[in-house]
Amino acid sequence: MKNSGILMVIGSALLLGLFIYPLWNIQLEAPQYPDPLGMNIYISGIQGEEEFDIQNIDGINHYIGMKKIPTPAEMWEFNTFPLVIGGMAALGALLGILGFFKVIGPNWFLGWLILMTVLGILGMMDFNNWLSDYGTDLDPKAIMKLTDSEGNPLSYKPPLLGSQKILNFTAHSYPRAGAYLMFIGMLLTLVAWWVGKKAKGTMAK
Amino acid sequence: MKNIFKIAVLGVLGLFIQSCGNDGSSGEKSGAITSNAAERVYVAPGEHDEYYAFLSGGYSGNLTVYGLPSGRMLKEIPVFSQFPTNGYGYSEETVPMLNTSFGFVPWGDSHHPDISQTEGELDGRWIFINENNTPRIARISLETFETEEIIEIPHSAGNHSSSFITENTEYVVAGTRFSVPYPQEDMAIDQMKGNFKGPLTFIAVGEDGRMNIDFQLKMPGFNYDLSHPGRGDSHGWFFFTTYNTEEAHTMQEVNASQNDKDFIAAVNWKKIQEYVKNGGGEEIDAEYAHNVFDHSTQAATTTMKNKVLTVDPREVEGAVYFMPTPKSPHGCDVDPSGEYIVGNGKLSTDLTVHSFSKMLKAIENKDFDGDAYGIPILNFDSTLAGTVKEGGLGPLHTEFDGKGNAYTTFFISSEVVKWKLGTWEVLDRQPSYYSVGHLMIPGGNSREPYGKYMISMNKITKDRYLPTGPELEHSAQLYDISGEKMELLLDFPTHGEPHYAAGIPAEKIKSKSQKIYRLDENEHEYAATSESETKMERDGNEVHVYMTTVRSHFSPDNLEGIKVGDKVFFHVTNLEQDFDVPHGFAMIGANTSELLIMPGQTKTITWEPKKEGVWPFYCTDFCSALHQEMQGYVRVSGQNSNVPLKWTLDDEEIN
Repeated sequence: MKNSGILMVIGSALLLGLFIYPLWNIQLEAPQYPDPLGMNIYISGIQGEEEFDIQNIDGINHYIGMKKIPTPAEMWEFNTFPLVIGGMAALGALLGILGFFKVIGPNWFLGWLILMTVLGILGMMDFNNWLSDYGTDLDPKAIMKLTDSEGNPLSYKPPLLGSQKILNFTAHSYPRAGAYLMFIGMLLTLVAWWVGKKAKGTMAK
Repeated sequence: MKNIFKIAVLGVLGLFIQSCGNDGSSGEKSGAITSNAAERVYVAPGEHDEYYAFLSGGYSGNLTVYGLPSGRMLKEIPVFSQFPTNGYGYSEETVPMLNTSFGFVPWGDSHHPDISQTEGELDGRWIFINENNTPRIARISLETFETEEIIEIPHSAGNHSSSFITENTEYVVAGTRFSVPYPQEDMAIDQMKGNFKGPLTFIAVGEDGRMNIDFQLKMPGFNYDLSHPGRGDSHGWFFFTTYNTEEAHTMQEVNASQNDKDFIAAVNWKKIQEYVKNGGGEEIDAEYAHNVFDHSTQAATTTMKNKVLTVDPREVEGAVYFMPTPKSPHGCDVDPSGEYIVGNGKLSTDLTVHSFSKMLKAIENKDFDGDAYGIPILNFDSTLAGTVKEGGLGPLHTEFDGKGNAYTTFFISSEVVKWKLGTWEVLDRQPSYYSVGHLMIPGGNSREPYGKYMISMNKITKDRYLPTGPELEHSAQLYDISGEKMELLLDFPTHGEPHYAAGIPAEKIKSKSQKIYRLDENEHEYAATSESETKMERDGNEVHVYMTTVRSHFSPDNLEGIKVGDKVFFHVTNLEQDFDVPHGFAMIGANTSELLIMPGQTKTITWEPKKEGVWPFYCTDFCSALHQEMQGYVRVSGQNSNVPLKWTLDDEEIN
């Protein structure tokens, strides 16, 4: 159980990368923007890739009536996500230590991973909802009101994952270092569970 | 399986053959003409040029920026002339840049750009340029590509042997081409001889680039035509060509061409700097303007100065010597090692090259041939390093490639001639189209030339391009000088009359080029850094409008309460912080110009409404899809009306 406990601690500690690195990134590329405009989505707020990118994205989006990119104070997520991530990292580390001293069995690690996965999916769903709202809840006084072939207003929702053409822009939406560290961390907790389980089996034999 | 093996063998063979081919062609390339010229000047769409070239605009008063090898013009930087294109010299902020002791001077004649140096190499901090007519020196930032400072040179006339800098940018030098009474006084013109002087001004350059006249050397009244600093061993010296040592005051065409030899003046500025530091020299009255543009307040201020330190060269032992140089020399060029000083005797077929080390020996041996106004004249033969014989007709300027070769323009025979330093033999000659004045190799007058390209700047264009009536742009030619023979690659028109140029590898400056001005660093007195700060204020008949621009509207865009006879100051701040999103501002009937305002900048233009009515203003720069809608109205009421000041956006009052 020693190795598995250490892996569990490391795995959950990797979540803390989200406090340093962005979770997600959306880049907007257009002929006029050879250096794409970009926003880095952190668990505590959205920042421009370059200093004035957010302001410039807002400036362009006002033509089609999109709302401004929210500040941390304007979205409860940016207050809650750090607490959840911090809490889960602490809980994982605690479980790892308890496992290390053989106070608890490896199934607790699996339990943590399942909880983390559920929370992660909920987070992504919430993020997708926000993207939908951001891309479709448009100012009725918008300067340019564009519709599709059926007369419905165009959606400017950036993709959750992947690249998509939106008017003259191509939006690229991909995970960044924070997310990758989280995925690796979660994978490590799975390994921790497996290693722990195997060690237990050997001992039982 | 066998097939794969065969393919692999063929592949390897192919590579081998290909590499052989490469060897062959690169061997040829060093020989002579190889691939076609078009390929070598072609810069594909979206690609960047290898070098920046800064060409003076001559009578345009400006400085133009080109890319080499494409010959594409990238920008025109206003320096000494009003530039309605962006409001330079019209906007309240920049009008002081053109102030002089003669008042506001709207035009200038820009001549010799020179890039700042550290240890004899181009460092790309600033570029300096002189104004010949109303003597001034300007300093231009190579981060903003804007004129930051202009200093007037008092007691000078025809500021031509300027604005060359020493190898650590200690000094920028400004000589006098038209000798004048010093200081100016009312006297009979034919009393010139012996009474006029040709002051040489040494302007100290601070770490921040700020210019300050350190001293003026009171030289005999010859015409100081061009100059260059010593470098390497000769660092600490400055060399000036002279003509009209006859001191003719009329019909100089003939009367200033009588002496077989004029002089190159060798000035040991380090000695004079020391002398001045120790309290030497005499402070005399002067009147000159020093104009500085401050990037935080975004405004220029003029300071009038009234004293200058003058130094009599005879008072400083060993400071100044004359080297006789045949035939009214024009260009005065120093090779990268600092050993050779080239006098381009413009009425001759030969070039005279002096040796710095021989000059020092001659001074040590007091090998003098008399003196001129108390300044020792060195014996011609004892400083002579060699003569380039029969180079051409009418040599003007010489540049160097850093590989032991020199390139001289010959105006009359219309050609560029390549010759070898030390042996003085002519290696190659290429025609120029037509009557070449100046030439430039990037870094060609520094310790580290980049000897790949050379451009010649020609005075006569004639049939080189599609005809455009009697008045033509000048023409320039680009040569590849990397091989033994010069190769003409490209012909391109230039703007104004380039009198010299300076080039620098793009890599040295392009990453420093600023993209925007930061709004949060905007300390302009009348800036509105957000729409909520926009307003109108009345002070007597002056009305100040604090206005902003953002894609795609002005704030405010409806203005009332202005009266006939008012003087309206539109202080327009561009709120954008995105690269290359300027906004313009133009007011109907303004007797000034438009404004072109870069992101984060504030600029001010005045308007004096003469007629009642409702008058529109608009954005002149196609800023966005809604550019056409970027407009507003000013209501102008009668002189005695009581319409209160009112400023709105979307029918809402601001503040």
